[in-house]
Amino acid sequence: MTTTPQAVRRASPRTRRPATPAVPDPSDGLLPRTEPVRLLDPDGTPLPPRDDYPEPPVEALREMYRRMVVGRRFDIQATALTKQGRLAVYPSSRGQEACQVGAVLALRDTDWVFPTYRESMALTARGIDPVEVLTLLRGDWHCGYDPAQRHTAPQCTPLATQCVHAAGLAYGESYQGRDTVALAFIGDGATSEGDFHEGVNFAAVFKAPVVYFVQNNKYAISVPLSRQTAAPSLAYKGVGYGVPSEQVDGNDPVAVLAVLNRAVEHARSGKGPFLVEAHTYRMEPHTNADDATRYRDAEEVEAWRDRDPVARLETYLRARGVLDDAAVAAIADEAEAYAAELRDRMNAQPTVDPLSLFEHVYAEPTPQLVEQREQVRAELAAARDEEGDA
Amino acid sequence: MATMTMAKALNAALADAMLDDERVVVFGEDVGQLGGVFRITDGLQARFGDKRCFDTPLAEAGIVGFAVGLAMSGLRPVVEMQFDAFSYPAFEQIASHVAKLRNRTRGALSVPIVIRVPYAGGIGGVEHHCDSSEAYYAHTPGLKVVTPATVEDAYSLLREAIADPDPVVFMEPKKLYFSSAEAELPARTAPFGTAVVRRAGADATLVAYGPAVPVALEAAEAAREEGWDLEVVDVRSIVPFDDATVTASVRRTGRCVVIQEAQGFAGVGAEIAARVQERCFHALHAPVLRVSGLDIPYPAPMLEHTHLPSVDRVLDTVARLQWDDQPDARWVAA
Repeated sequence: MTTTPQAVRRASPRTRRPATPAVPDPSDGLLPRTEPVRLLDPDGTPLPPRDDYPEPPVEALREMYRRMVVGRRFDIQATALTKQGRLAVYPSSRGQEACQVGAVLALRDTDWVFPTYRESMALTARGIDPVEVLTLLRGDWHCGYDPAQRHTAPQCTPLATQCVHAAGLAYGESYQGRDTVALAFIGDGATSEGDFHEGVNFAAVFKAPVVYFVQNNKYAISVPLSRQTAAPSLAYKGVGYGVPSEQVDGNDPVAVLAVLNRAVEHARSGKGPFLVEAHTYRMEPHTNADDATRYRDAEEVEAWRDRDPVARLETYLRARGVLDDAAVAAIADEAEAYAAELRDRMNAQPTVDPLSLFEHVYAEPTPQLVEQREQVRAELAAARDEEGDA
Repeated sequence: MATMTMAKALNAALADAMLDDERVVVFGEDVGQLGGVFRITDGLQARFGDKRCFDTPLAEAGIVGFAVGLAMSGLRPVVEMQFDAFSYPAFEQIASHVAKLRNRTRGALSVPIVIRVPYAGGIGGVEHHCDSSEAYYAHTPGLKVVTPATVEDAYSLLREAIADPDPVVFMEPKKLYFSSAEAELPARTAPFGTAVVRRAGADATLVAYGPAVPVALEAAEAAREEGWDLEVVDVRSIVPFDDATVTASVRRTGRCVVIQEAQGFAGVGAEIAARVQERCFHALHAPVLRVSGLDIPYPAPMLEHTHLPSVDRVLDTVARLQWDDQPDARWVAA
């Protein structure tokens, strides 16, 4: 094609050009805001409403408050049960109540949750029997609840591995014509694991409806965030996979629910996965077996006490006129009753059956397992006979 | 009856399983358009569409973890690990989730996944392409591990693996992919948990699986010249293991050599040898011996024949089965 003088003129430097380049920024819509989304000040004062993250209905926030109060009481009770030897170990999520409850409220019962070991509170907030939730931590061999019925995977200990399961489950559900969303919990440390990256990437490539919910509680046991990543924030890890991301103040319950509502809606509408990083703080040690004074100082912990998500939401709901002294007291009573019942039920010694160890290794035990089961059965019978003789 | 390769039989098994059960999905690296580097999935995408047979990102832990999620949603994933040694990134997913999910949930969740692993050497492959990794999987409770040595077994065991309610690591001997035999499909051979006597004999039992089975059969044939009548048992199903068939054979013959291509130390052959001596002690005329690969990283193509169990090495070992009722000179203290 020959160049006409006219075309030359059009391309000349004197031609007016738009101020911004015509090439769209490929990261547009993928990068998180540079500041975490916040809808309440730490003291509970509402910030100006925003179009991108509309405030959830006040009834939802009131229900969130109720579950956060009960959840916190549950968490304190579980920690106490470790001191009484009723639990082998308990990883507390105290301080992370907004995240634990917000994630559950953003989902339908038919949606799937992929929790880690720190999500006991989220699972009880989902309505799962707390004794079932604590079964594994009590020292039994199975996860306690029925994951298929509860749409809740077993609490996952191998870090980040659940991120890929969530991608597969969500893709499988949409493949079979269901509009299920999967939400995978993950901590800040586990974002360094390969399976986090493979999970987010698989979800993105297959447009699987997954919400990856990073609770950045600042420590992986003792290792601070600065040793996990040089990224500006963990939410920035989405853009490399083509996944839109957002950061949120994880101790602002209103913002957490608003952001997760949008993330879930994004996933359910067929746009693929969404990554949310919530900035929060683990008020307790990693578990009861950990000594947090070896790696963080009391002032830091105290500073986070001022950002307590439960008090923040309470202040806001009182100001909105949907929570009064009587309601707060009633919810506190409910939480006490919940904890008391848990304490009573956990004080009863659970019955365990050694022979049950051979069930569910395979759909049908192998001949070798049948042999070993008979050996254990004989050992148990001999032990009973000895007891009888004594 | 038609003559076909093991590769073709595996391909037919996948296609027939996909035809019979729409929950079956096949995925992995290069399995779609290309049909797999060994062409085991050849034509599946064209026939069943790219929702049923598809390529994934190049990430083995991702592939297996994705399969876990798909299985939780009710599908029956069949995944390909491109080569034995490439499956190691997936090991955590396999050992911690695939193998345990049924147990951890008391059967509420099961993961009927088939993980196809082209394994072992003898094909002149470069490093990381020829590992015999079966022991890692066989050592993991919750997994079934099977490996065909014949064309009809390849078809039948793969169909059974896909239909099985438990996860199955399906070990495909690469060097047998293009071996052919007369086969009539759909073949149904002996089920999981069953070893098969491939050659009857009276003097000693050779126990082998996968790529070692043809070596054992060839050795048994050659042994006739030495005056030994050898029985060959093809294990087929490493987990669950068929103690009954193996021990019945050894009780008949009184002598046993276990042959595997994998390095020997702490391998599947060691387990088999231990089980045989536990169960057949009073029937044995000689210690149970093993022929295996050497305890070295899989060697370069120019040296792999030194590593691989050979007919000569098998015959040399058979010769040490105390035919003259004298102690094995090798183990007598100097």
